[in-house]
Amino acid sequence: MKHDHYDAVVIGAGHNGLVTACYLQRAGLKVLVLERNSYIGGATTSISKYEDFTYSNCSYVCSLFRQEIARDLELYKFGMQVIPYNGGAQIIKNEDGSHDMLGAYWHADANRRDLERLSKRDANAYDRLNRDIMRQCEFIKPLLMRTPPDPTSFKPRDLMELLYLGKRFYGLGKERMLETIRFYTMSAADYLNEYLENDALKSYVAGGATVGTALGVYSPGTAYVLLHHAMGDIDGTVGAWGFARGGMGAISKALNDSFIASGGEVRVNAGVSKFIVERGKVKGMQLEDGEVIDADLVVSGMDVRRTFNAVDPNELPAWVVERVKNFRFRGSSAKINIALDGVPKFHGVPDGSPCLTGDIHISQSMEELETAYDDWKAGRWSDKPYLDMLIPSLIDPTMTPEGKHWMSIFIQYCPYEPAEGGWTEARRQAFGQHIVNRIAEFSPDFTEKMLHMELRTPKDIETEVGLTEGNIFQGELTMDQLIFNRPIPGYAQYRSPIKGLYMCGSSTHPGGGVMGAPGANAAREVLLDLGRRN
Amino acid sequence: MAKHYQNIVIGGGHNGLVCAAYLARAGQSVLVVEAANEIGGAACTRELVPGAKVSSGAHLLHAMPADLISDLGLANHGLSFSAQSIKTVSLNADGPAIVFDGDTVKGEDVSAEDEAAYQRFNADMQRMAKALRPVFDKLAPEPSIETWAERLTLLGLGLRIRSLGRFHMRELLRIIGMNFYDLLDEYFENRQLKAAIAMDALLGAEWGARSMGSVLTYLYRLAGYQRSKGLGLALPAGGMGAVSQSIAAAAKAAGAEIRTSAKVKSILIENDKASGVELDDGEKIQAGRVISNADPKQTFLKLVNVDHLDTGFIRQIRNLRSRGRAAKLHLVLKAAPQFKGLQEADLGARMLIAPNMDDIELAFNPCKYGRYPEEPVFEITVPSASDGSLAANGQHVLSAIVQYVPYDDSAELDANRAAFLKTILQQLERYAPGIGKQISHAELLLPRDLENEFGITGGHWHHVELVFEAFLFNRPVPALARHSSPIEGLYMCGAGCHPGGNVMGIAGRNAANQVLKGGQ
Amino acid sequence: MKTNTNNNQRPLIERPIQETAFYPSYKHLIQNDNYEEWSGYTALASFACEGQEYFAVRNTCGVYDICPMIKYDISGPDAERFMNRLVTRDVSKMLPERVVYAVWCNDNGHVIEDGTVFRYSATDFRLCCAERQLEWLEDSSIGYDVSIADVTEEIAGLAVQGPVSCRILKKMGFTGVENLKPFQLATFPLHGYDVVISRTGFTGDLGYELWIDVKNASDLWESLFSAGKPHGILMMGSEALEMLRIEAGLMLVNAEFMSCFQTVRLNRDRTPFELGLDWLVDFNKGHFIGRRALLKVSMKGLSRKLVGIDIDWNKQADGALIYDSKDASKQIGEVTSALWSPILKQNIALAYLDAPYFDGGKEMWAEVYLHRECMWERKMYKCRVAQRPFYSPDRRRLTPPNDM
Repeated sequence: MKHDHYDAVVIGAGHNGLVTACYLQRAGLKVLVLERNSYIGGATTSISKYEDFTYSNCSYVCSLFRQEIARDLELYKFGMQVIPYNGGAQIIKNEDGSHDMLGAYWHADANRRDLERLSKRDANAYDRLNRDIMRQCEFIKPLLMRTPPDPTSFKPRDLMELLYLGKRFYGLGKERMLETIRFYTMSAADYLNEYLENDALKSYVAGGATVGTALGVYSPGTAYVLLHHAMGDIDGTVGAWGFARGGMGAISKALNDSFIASGGEVRVNAGVSKFIVERGKVKGMQLEDGEVIDADLVVSGMDVRRTFNAVDPNELPAWVVERVKNFRFRGSSAKINIALDGVPKFHGVPDGSPCLTGDIHISQSMEELETAYDDWKAGRWSDKPYLDMLIPSLIDPTMTPEGKHWMSIFIQYCPYEPAEGGWTEARRQAFGQHIVNRIAEFSPDFTEKMLHMELRTPKDIETEVGLTEGNIFQGELTMDQLIFNRPIPGYAQYRSPIKGLYMCGSSTHPGGGVMGAPGANAAREVLLDLGRRN
Repeated sequence: MAKHYQNIVIGGGHNGLVCAAYLARAGQSVLVVEAANEIGGAACTRELVPGAKVSSGAHLLHAMPADLISDLGLANHGLSFSAQSIKTVSLNADGPAIVFDGDTVKGEDVSAEDEAAYQRFNADMQRMAKALRPVFDKLAPEPSIETWAERLTLLGLGLRIRSLGRFHMRELLRIIGMNFYDLLDEYFENRQLKAAIAMDALLGAEWGARSMGSVLTYLYRLAGYQRSKGLGLALPAGGMGAVSQSIAAAAKAAGAEIRTSAKVKSILIENDKASGVELDDGEKIQAGRVISNADPKQTFLKLVNVDHLDTGFIRQIRNLRSRGRAAKLHLVLKAAPQFKGLQEADLGARMLIAPNMDDIELAFNPCKYGRYPEEPVFEITVPSASDGSLAANGQHVLSAIVQYVPYDDSAELDANRAAFLKTILQQLERYAPGIGKQISHAELLLPRDLENEFGITGGHWHHVELVFEAFLFNRPVPALARHSSPIEGLYMCGAGCHPGGNVMGIAGRNAANQVLKGGQ
Repeated sequence: MKTNTNNNQRPLIERPIQETAFYPSYKHLIQNDNYEEWSGYTALASFACEGQEYFAVRNTCGVYDICPMIKYDISGPDAERFMNRLVTRDVSKMLPERVVYAVWCNDNGHVIEDGTVFRYSATDFRLCCAERQLEWLEDSSIGYDVSIADVTEEIAGLAVQGPVSCRILKKMGFTGVENLKPFQLATFPLHGYDVVISRTGFTGDLGYELWIDVKNASDLWESLFSAGKPHGILMMGSEALEMLRIEAGLMLVNAEFMSCFQTVRLNRDRTPFELGLDWLVDFNKGHFIGRRALLKVSMKGLSRKLVGIDIDWNKQADGALIYDSKDASKQIGEVTSALWSPILKQNIALAYLDAPYFDGGKEMWAEVYLHRECMWERKMYKCRVAQRPFYSPDRRRLTPPNDM
């Protein structure tokens, strides 16, 4: 038995775990980070799978990462650089079989003029839509870096926080209160129908409302996911998305280096098999290889189910075990990374169009997006899935050999367990082929330019990254799993029923995305309990 | 000289009649104008063929407050019940049925764990529904904390929810925004059992069980059972029309006047104030106040001249969700139908056809795209089993709600209706073999038909979908919450108002109170 | 569901900036490359010297390209009813061939925009404004027999402003143009096409606006400039216009107020009363959009209002905050647009002031920051409420106008 002493042990070197570790270390604690894999980053990684190509093989774009964290932890010093991309292309297949592109441009008037070709009214309404989403951002943003109150508690802190929320909400006035309620409860389809008429534009906007959640664009509660596209910012440009130079792994590497520089220690290949709990208090953990590490303070970056699965259920109240069991993951997204021998052509997109440096979409209508969800409900991968395609190497020269490119393809929906049976290798390949064929419908030279493909079904994401059921947000972002309900009511303040055991992963408020907010919030709560303020 | 009324109520549906009755009892002069030649709206009894009658809109009473029934003395005005607290039986084409009776559930395939879970589930849900009762029963609170009265209302609600206890309060805050599919998965194993319970949340709704808000609609339904104080699922003697007739009788007894076959063409507005109505035949009737029981879209997109309205308001009204998904099937049967697994004595029960929640979802999928489902889900009653007055000579009438059906106003409506009726009857045959041969008359009312018959936009029985964005002070839109409208003297009293639809009369009663208070 | 029927021929990059119809004609006069974007069009901040361009309008004739103005044609049997519900003033009183300045609001009585309403006939109107709002107009037309067309790209406009503008137009052959009263319009023939001339403008001076089909743009421009050359006609940019409109006391969207369609933050919306546009709100004409909300507002006192102010000394008070005392203890207002007026020799500004300061008579101080040789200096200057328009020569109102 080793008797190294650490003030705190953080489980998982994903971005949130590292953020927590950095804050704790900088507050003067001696912190150890344990990572199950041989590499750090969790789902925020840059990995080479083929020759000199580097893929951001899980998360692939960045916008939500909180700037206050980057600043606190001096991440620029450690190489973090997020370069905003602009542009975007919605490829439209016309009834006569020809193709067209609806381009997204940085310049509002360029956007408008392209939209006006489809609908003058929509070009006008699109501004109102964006304005209304921006209003919701204004409302929600300050809440991201705050600990949710426990509405059942009479503690002054909870009451104050509830009062703050209540005041904020009532302060909106009748009209904006309604706007807010509508935004958080309506379906993306109904919401967008109130603004837009063109189906291609609607599906371009709505696709993002399905990301990572097993709901369709017609499902109530999906409109607010549109925030996901608008809530982030890069250097004050609200709604901008960017690529981390060197891939998403550059972010976790910067966090890691910042952590090491402040005196922290990271151990890889050190998976935790269980937490040691005595009389309701955490005492340490046992690693997969049997090694035991003592600690009075443990912060788990694992999702809520993995965290509590590593605790003897007898140490937990029965209702907590029940809630954890019922916490919904249901991975519904897959990822494919492809090495390309050059930039593929796309029907309807002029060669060299700057729109290709942004997200490329081929969903044609809201109905198509919804039927993609129907497929998932039946336990199949979508026949016509929502694909979010990006070619980061058009902007980032560090990821591929000269003249070559890589493409990140995010796929919604793909079941965690296909209804017809589990994920066999043959089925995985069939799925990959299906996606490639689908893209090839819009890109004549796509297959011939393909050099290598990395396939990641929800099952793969679970196995490799450790995200339960492959849910990219460590649990669905639905109303019943948000704010004071995340991850479970009563333990939404980063604490757990076990004294000294905290949570800092995306299972906690405000949820998933490479945002770092759960990590920072968790660190704040830990330090609060220690009587220190960071 | 035409008579000048203090109040005109547009629409003799049950809410309009309730509103009129309360106003008349308060000494107000009231005229109810009803477009159809009979009052009742969607709570009515209609003769299908000589000797066979059916509740052609709603077919069960399960949400009317007991105090409303006693207030208006409906029993003295002819309301009686042929059956109360009837059982619910979930049918199975290939196996045993599941029977819900009070807070117990029984079925050959239902495990002891599920039976126990049902007790627990029922207790949990009843408890939460009870906490929300003031929300469902009372006038919507003001969305404001400016005055002490408003703060107290909010605080009262908060305390009531807190009084649930910590565990249940947390649970309520968790599940209220959840979907029923997932919630039932947390409690039960048996798929048919889950589907049967889910139907209570989904009947009349636009969405399937996987949709957020279905827990809310379930609690809404439970609150209805609670306020009816033991009536449970009840069959009024003589059909649902008897409910409307008794309210109308109560209203008349209190001095209200009712005119049928009087279709309103427009609401008259003078100096930005409602001053009466103009009928289709050009007759103008003056009144101090106009109270519309019509749905908000009818009222503001058809009856009020747009000159008097603001564009943002029009947008809101047009955006209201009123996509009816429920069709109504009426069959006249030559003899009592034989349902598989159903005890003969239970023919008077409420029967469900919904094999499991995924099948409900499959029934729901096509209507999202405007298509008809291949295997819809049903709520079936055979009211003649307990009420002989509905069908003579050993005949029976069957009344069923069929979901999910798209709103179809295409040119092919007649062909689609015929084809869909065939689909339904084939499906029914699997549950009640031989029923096809017993049918002497069949009628299928699609949402479009219901719209025509009852004048409800989209044929939606809640007028406006019961969803978070159209709930409480936002129902149907903020300017119409609390029964007033942007136009002085124009009030709303229908199901489009908080708390919503079903034959319960709360909106009508709350509207009358607001009118009497001169409320805004 | 609308189908997508577009041809596949498209440029590599959708150029955001369009050139106006007159741009090729006056391109050769641009000395500065001092461009700015206006509603998706190339516009000039100045051609050479904004001071000279400004004085052209006060002295001879300045010409401003107003093609980027957003123009909606509204016609149909219900056009008058539609317009009357849309804007807050009574349009039914308008005679054909008249123009009025108007403001329109949303349901809450918050200002969408101000602009001009042209009435061509009993059933034909044009709404001329700065922001696109097709969606609102279309939704407002539900229930009316009207058609609404965005004619921004089809109609070209030139503002011809200044004391000799009338003389130049007469010389071009627009006989009778001198009889146009302020806010009157008429159609004149020129070289086989129609020119609609309205006696309107944004400069507070004598001036006209010429409206034509875009295809006749170069002919009109050439004719105007050849006639105007001996009279000192000059193209001008937006910087000069900004000076002129402040002197005229005219407000500008996105400077004095945001359209309620664009506000994100709370409390950024404005009512016509706050903008000092009470005179445009006619509660007696029947219902109009926002009337009920405005009636409620009108019963309460105003908490802030846009007024003109006059500030001591000569340093332009851009963005200045206004305080109740020299030691800046309480902020009571803020400047939205400011100008050292070359003609008035006065330091003027448009500013929001809190109640009761907007009624005048109270001590007020403007906090002005001066950037002098790379150092900032903070100055407190006394200021006072001043009458708007700050500048309004007689020739602006006289018909026929004189050149003085």
